[in-house]
Amino acid sequence: MFGPLFAKPLSSKNNKTGSWRTTKKPKFLQTNCIACRMCVLICPEGCIEGEQKNTYHCDYDYCKGCGLCAEICPKQDIVMIEET
Amino acid sequence: MREFLEGSQAVAKAVSLCRPGVIAAYPITPQTHIPEELSKMVAEGILDSQFVNVESEHSAASLVLGAVASGVRAYTATSSQGLLLMAEVLFNIAGLRLPVILTCANRAISSPINIWNDQQDSVSLRDSGWIQFYVENIQEAVDFHFIAYRLAEDKNVMLPAMVCMDGYILTHGLEVVDIPTQEEVDKFLPKYQPPYKLDVENPLTLGVLADSEYYMETRFAIQKTHQEVLKILPSIVVEFKNIFGRNYSDGLIECYKTEDAEKVIVAMGSVCGTIKEVVDALRKRGKKVGLLKIITYRPFPRNKIYEVLKDVPKVAVLDRALSLGAEAPLYSEIKSIFFGKKRTPKLMRSFIGGLGGRDITLDSIETIFKKLSLKEKEEEFIDLKQELLKEKL
Amino acid sequence: MERKVLFASGHTACAGCGQAIAARLVVETAGPNTIIANATGCLEVFSTKYPESSWGVPWIHSLFENAGAVASGIERALKYKGREDIQVIAQAGDGGTADIGLQALSGMWERGHNILSICYDNEAYMNTGIQRSGLTPLDSDTTTTPSGKEFFGNPTHKKPVPEIALAHGIPYVATASVGFPQDLQRKVKKALSIKGPKYIQIHVPCPLGWRHEPHLTYKVARLAVETGLYPLIEYENGVLTNVRKIPGLAVEEYLKLQARFRHLLNNPQELKKIQEIANYNIKKYNLLAQEE
Repeated sequence: MFGPLFAKPLSSKNNKTGSWRTTKKPKFLQTNCIACRMCVLICPEGCIEGEQKNTYHCDYDYCKGCGLCAEICPKQDIVMIEET
Repeated sequence: MREFLEGSQAVAKAVSLCRPGVIAAYPITPQTHIPEELSKMVAEGILDSQFVNVESEHSAASLVLGAVASGVRAYTATSSQGLLLMAEVLFNIAGLRLPVILTCANRAISSPINIWNDQQDSVSLRDSGWIQFYVENIQEAVDFHFIAYRLAEDKNVMLPAMVCMDGYILTHGLEVVDIPTQEEVDKFLPKYQPPYKLDVENPLTLGVLADSEYYMETRFAIQKTHQEVLKILPSIVVEFKNIFGRNYSDGLIECYKTEDAEKVIVAMGSVCGTIKEVVDALRKRGKKVGLLKIITYRPFPRNKIYEVLKDVPKVAVLDRALSLGAEAPLYSEIKSIFFGKKRTPKLMRSFIGGLGGRDITLDSIETIFKKLSLKEKEEEFIDLKQELLKEKL
Repeated sequence: MERKVLFASGHTACAGCGQAIAARLVVETAGPNTIIANATGCLEVFSTKYPESSWGVPWIHSLFENAGAVASGIERALKYKGREDIQVIAQAGDGGTADIGLQALSGMWERGHNILSICYDNEAYMNTGIQRSGLTPLDSDTTTTPSGKEFFGNPTHKKPVPEIALAHGIPYVATASVGFPQDLQRKVKKALSIKGPKYIQIHVPCPLGWRHEPHLTYKVARLAVETGLYPLIEYENGVLTNVRKIPGLAVEEYLKLQARFRHLLNNPQELKKIQEIANYNIKKYNLLAQEE
């Protein structure tokens, strides 16, 4: 029987929204980071990870380039750079 | 055990025996006695169930949707306006393939507001994907609730079902009925074990957005399942007979003296009891007449109906509903069975009656049989009051 | 600090979407022992386009106005099964909470179900194309309340849903904002520790609908709070127990960042009305930070 449509958990990972980026992407300088984790909290894609200071980075497969991480970083340790 | 019960009480007892974990209903005449009885049973500790007094029928249907989606058997009941108010939820439940069971105490649709019986409410939802049973008497109402749960929860079905019983006539009528024991029902109706549910151990996403690449196949699948139901239901009904002793043939239709009939009325619901009496009386006078009772309206058992009616010269279809602006629903579906077939009734007429609770009497039925001799083929409303129609604004 | 992913990347929300931020914070604070009933809206559409789903918890979408009722059914089913340890969340946007969904929520609150209801308040019906809702603020330009020569945008005030929730006597009512993500997390955790109906209304900027740059979502959300237009309040058992103190910035600071309010900037009469809303909130909740 072909049952109701249900989707598997977390299967949206198959959709690499990194392709949405057009002009800018975030660069994690990993120099003055204090591991406040504000970037982790604010990312709408939830694609930023890190543990100790200066280990934070994003998954460019999903980053849409919104720039919220760069805006929020209290140490300006994330900058938006031109997409190459 | 045989008891003298009001239809609503009998249905409540039947539902209680099915062990629903969650019940949600909103009162609407003439369904009210059913949830009232169930809430009494819960209050007395007879029925272990979460009884929820919701704030509308839309929420009643939504609540049982949530319960069944969580893997717990549930129940609701309504009529008329309530059924229409929950209409979008009913389509939603069918699309989600959840075996919700609902009792529809058939009642006319507003406007004008009318609390008495006809079948416009459930017939107008024949497209929803729900399995629909139309019962003739209170015993059938009781029995088809057991059958409905068993059928709906079958892993190859997983579709919701409604048991339609004529409002007031059956809900408030009194009959001696056999109420089975809990042991018998437990033998017939196993625990609900859904193939999919909301479960933190296995977190699925239900109720997705399906674009044009995916939607159509879901509808095809439900259509296919309805075809399967035509085969699955008869075997369930045999099982029912073996445990409870009552024989409903295939559960799809009932043939009453149709084998050599020259005239047959096709009908659904409590009017079939009246028709059987007229058939018996006319048979005594040598008239070869019969009744084809449709029990399962959805899925529509067209092949079974074909076999019964193909050699009957004259067929009257009595609809207790109508499709405003077009042919009566049951009539239209019966007629279309014979398109392109060599063997077909010579005359088929559409009769609409009993709307808004107007009685269909023994005389009315006799008149229908008489009118099957006339040449006119148009749709006819029986017992229509021409004098009312002549009144000017 | 392992983060258990319960709202995965790969959803199709707009870049900078405030609701995506909030939805992730809500479900990941709640944890895996949670079932969600979600109404129709942006979140549902961008997170569950078949065959993909962002959700890592059991999740169901039924219709637009019945999240409250579906959640009630889930909660009762869990109660019947003796699994009251599993948390139930009913979530919706403006429409599914304040307008079309209000009846089902009201019924759920009145019956006292143990459910957390969340409203993602982006102040319009965004999913259908930025039409006005009961939560659209005064003078906001939407597609059904456009500003023009005769009108200045939405003519009515936000429907006070937190107050409606309070009137039902439920044990926890709070407002939150993606401009204050840790506060949001704290409130979700707090709410889930309380038995009974809970309501949290979360202010979530919508770059597309409010017409601001995606990277300003956080700043815009903070300014809404800091001007007094979106007070962050917390009520427990009907008593106001916490407010976020604010500097009380002029409303223009907030309005000027969003093109939906652009038509107000040279309209002192309307600006005054908006400032009055902020002043009213500041007075009502005593929002101004004490001077040192």
